[in-house]
Amino acid sequence: MTKSFAPIAANGLNHWFGEGETRKQALYDLNFEIERGSLTILMGPSGSGKTTLLTLMGCLREVQRGNLSLLNHELHGSDEALKISLRRRLGFIFQAHNLHESLTATQNVLMGLQVHENGSSHRGDVKQQEKAARHILSILGLEDRLDYLPAKLSGGQKQRVAIARALVSTPDIVFADEPTAALDKDTGLRVVELLKEMGRERGTTTVMVTHDNRILQMADRILTMDEGHLFEGAHT
Amino acid sequence: MTRLLARLLGRLPIGWLQLTHHKGRFATALAGVAFANVLVFVQLGMMGALTGSTLQPYGLFDADILISASDSNSLSEGGNVARVHMLQALSLPQVQSGTPVYISKVDWRIAENRIANLQLVGLPMEAIEFIAPALRPQLLHLSVADSALIDRKTRGGNEEFFNTLSPETPAIFEMNNQEVRLVGTLEMGAGFSADGNLIMSDQSVFRLSPSRSSSAPDHILLKVQEGASIEATVNVLQQILPNDTLKVRSFSQAGADEQSYQTSERPVGIIFGFGTLVGIMVGIVIVYQVLSTDVADHLKEYATFKAMGFNSAFFLSLIFEEAMILAIFGFFPGMFAASGIYALIGMKSGLPVGLTLSRAAMVFFGTLIACAISGAVATRRLAHADPADLF
Ligand SMILES: Nc1ncnc2c1ncn2[C@@H]1O[C@H](COP(=O)(O)OP(=O)(O)OP(=O)(O)O)[C@@H](O)[C@H]1O
Ligand SMILES: [Mg+2]
Repeated sequence: MTKSFAPIAANGLNHWFGEGETRKQALYDLNFEIERGSLTILMGPSGSGKTTLLTLMGCLREVQRGNLSLLNHELHGSDEALKISLRRRLGFIFQAHNLHESLTATQNVLMGLQVHENGSSHRGDVKQQEKAARHILSILGLEDRLDYLPAKLSGGQKQRVAIARALVSTPDIVFADEPTAALDKDTGLRVVELLKEMGRERGTTTVMVTHDNRILQMADRILTMDEGHLFEGAHT
Repeated sequence: MTRLLARLLGRLPIGWLQLTHHKGRFATALAGVAFANVLVFVQLGMMGALTGSTLQPYGLFDADILISASDSNSLSEGGNVARVHMLQALSLPQVQSGTPVYISKVDWRIAENRIANLQLVGLPMEAIEFIAPALRPQLLHLSVADSALIDRKTRGGNEEFFNTLSPETPAIFEMNNQEVRLVGTLEMGAGFSADGNLIMSDQSVFRLSPSRSSSAPDHILLKVQEGASIEATVNVLQQILPNDTLKVRSFSQAGADEQSYQTSERPVGIIFGFGTLVGIMVGIVIVYQVLSTDVADHLKEYATFKAMGFNSAFFLSLIFEEAMILAIFGFFPGMFAASGIYALIGMKSGLPVGLTLSRAAMVFFGTLIACAISGAVATRRLAHADPADLF
């Protein structure tokens, strides 16, 4: 993989919701490139289109008009198989943790690794995978909660498990929507530090929606959305 | 179990973990599958008993060809077949011998308030060659007027009493206002149309049922000459005998015909067939309910898996994992319960019900298939898991 291409690049990207009368434009002619290994923060008022953009970049929504390139693959008109294989190289941190109630913290994180093994012949690596899962949970301060079911974890702890699940596979790009909302300040900072470290060491690119001021200071770049338009820098 | 499944599947056994997470729900689901299995087993058991008891009377005889009235579907429900047709048949060189068979019903008061309805089979004493070889020695005792052999498995009968019967120490009962001497037993079994069987000489039958005429038996049995083809002889007989009033079939074909008649045209057979279907439907609905509830309850988690890049094959294997677990863990308790019920039915009714390995295997695979179908249908609900809704 050459370092020259931008992991994410948009060109004339537009998006609409609804049909006919109720059709409403959510994104207007977005043009941007995001640099490999960087931490980009996306800001903007409620309803400005941040989540819409995130889901488009994350291959969770069809691109309707314009071009959006992800890890050097054009998403406009791409088939489902390509999207699935691209998603496996991404890490998602949702506002809701969505952990599986019947899986322990470690097992939930393990799922983040097994998606890459799924269907392949890499059996018997479970020990190795479990080690990796426990390791990242420890980094996030959950070494004494490894075998807890989600029901026995606090909201912040659940969110940390979800973050560990997204990061354990060392994805190429991480998309996070208000990931630190449920976390206390210190843990929130630890998570962002971890993301920055992954950016430096492995070139992991992060795009994060947040309004947390302390995190804003750690960003490599800040983008602001307003009524579906994208602006460089922080416009508050 | 978790480790074993993990090894088997090459991934976390999420289906297993998820099913066992809600213990109460899991137990209910298994009870439901087991119940469906019991339903199917009992219906198939009754169906098996029906076919089994249908063929039992055939086992009494040793014949090649059966001539019956054209509207007769059953050995036990004959019609009037003019005896002259036997003589016509015997005129063919390939037919070696023949005998008329008389069949009717008679009530036997076993005890004060207990009556068994017996199928009465009568045939001439000189026709002993038409009786299954193993039963021939017993038959010789029937030459004494009014002697009869009673079916040991007669419903409501008593083992000890049957053991006391012999030509020297017969038990004498009154049937149709005639004395009948029970001089021995043979083993046939109750059916759905009678509680047991009673065998007599034709002469004894006529005394017991004065309305019967020796010229109009219910069926005619034939044996062909050694080396002669049964099928070819049947064909020739069909040519020379009136085919509007008579039905000529090989003896084995008649058994097969009656079996399919009893199971697919008679109400009892249809009811059991329908019952089997109901059992299967109940099973499919229960498993579908469990699986689709599971999917609906975890829509967000499944959407997360989708976002993470799990493909539809993964979801299919997950739902199938659950379906197979329900099938396997529900089958065995169902089978054990069914074998208990079989024993009970066999004891109470004298019907030949039993758990055969082939039936168990058939129901087991049927359960797997039914669960797989439910699983496949349940996965359709996964379409509602849209990862775009997660942010
Ligand atoms: N599934 C949808 N169907 C219809 N309209 C939608 C849908 N999702 C978003 N929208 C609309 O698109 C616009 C942008 O929404 P989006 O969720 O991207 O905003 P946001 O910047 O993430 O807001 P917030 O900060 O509140 O999360 C809004 O006007 C919203 O009503
Ligand atoms: Mg949003």
